[in-house]
Amino acid sequence: MEIPKTPDHARGEMANIGKSVVIKGELSGSEDLYIDGQVEGSIELKGNRLMVGPNGRVKANVNARSASIQGKMEGNIRASDRVDLKQTAVVTGDIATQRISIEDGAYFRGGVDIQKEAPLQGSKPESKVEAKPAPAAAGATSSSGPSTSAPSPALEPRK
Amino acid sequence: MASVANNLMKFFRGSSSGSGQSPSSHATGHKLTRRSSGMGELSRTLSSSEPLCVLDLGATSPNNIRYFTERGHKCYSEDVLLASVDPSLVTKDDEGNQVLDEKRFLAENLVYPAAHFDLVFCWNLADYMDESLVKPVVARLWSVLKPGGMLLAFFHTKDAGADAPCYRYHIVNQDALEMQHIVAHPEAGRRPGSTARETGAKANFRLQRVFNNRHIENLFRDFASIKFFLARDNVREVLVVR
Repeated sequence: MEIPKTPDHARGEMANIGKSVVIKGELSGSEDLYIDGQVEGSIELKGNRLMVGPNGRVKANVNARSASIQGKMEGNIRASDRVDLKQTAVVTGDIATQRISIEDGAYFRGGVDIQKEAPLQGSKPESKVEAKPAPAAAGATSSSGPSTSAPSPALEPRK
Repeated sequence: MASVANNLMKFFRGSSSGSGQSPSSHATGHKLTRRSSGMGELSRTLSSSEPLCVLDLGATSPNNIRYFTERGHKCYSEDVLLASVDPSLVTKDDEGNQVLDEKRFLAENLVYPAAHFDLVFCWNLADYMDESLVKPVVARLWSVLKPGGMLLAFFHTKDAGADAPCYRYHIVNQDALEMQHIVAHPEAGRRPGSTARETGAKANFRLQRVFNNRHIENLFRDFASIKFFLARDNVREVLVVR
């Protein structure tokens, strides 16, 4: 299966964490961020975009304007604009955002809370009472049919 | 021609692609639609203006997430069947027999506060899950459902053989579902650090058993009420209320 890659020009203006980089701790910034390595801790991007590449392994709560996930992500995502889970995404955690799209083939385990207005920065999504251990590792949902890389229609905020 | 033959085979095996539904699109090859009386009953609740909390226990379905969230509900998605084939759950009992670690399974899955959900969609989970986990999972679902909350489950009415296709269900509208044949990914259920390379889950999920009415009533005996809908495609839809 061909792994979709983010065009280089799309990452041109982004801070880039390469696939050999491992970061543990609090990560914050005021520019867009592309992660193709490993990050563990928390990610605070406020009004900016987060992209997790196909090699990305993120274990963190995320606060950003938007998040696009191709790799593995464990943690709650709070995005004021939108969240995109690509075909190769493996995501465990709760998502609070205004719009979400999930491609067929993506694995998602958690809750989705679609909010009318931008979530308050800094507040945390509702989390489960008991902590869960590490997520299942692999692309979990597979079907016998051909997986389409075309994104599913975005989930619009409720009226 | 091949697709016609394939559909005929499925029909005679009593799988869920029988007369109760029509092929929705041969172009996609593996998706069929069927009418669902149980879904029709739940639609009245789903159309409520009050925000509900919904748990979908099937494989991740963008359709279902969209269907629930468009109506203002909060939805949770958890593929419990996939989690149940995690090879690291296999342990040995006192007599040395291989069994699944039920306590660990429940410690890692379906971990929600009590009385959290208004609706739970089980789909065909019970038919394909290892027998040792079915009752504990139903007991857990009872506890996470609110009093008056509802659960929808599907059961085969006839033994269609171990290779009866396992479907994930996408909600199309208030009483129609799209079924997509699913197989476990070669890496299914494996967790980071798991050393077992072969999970044995590369093939289809296997039909474990066929519940009759009495079995189903026993399974949900702690619930307040149970309602059966018998479909023409050898599927028994069960709607239970806590």
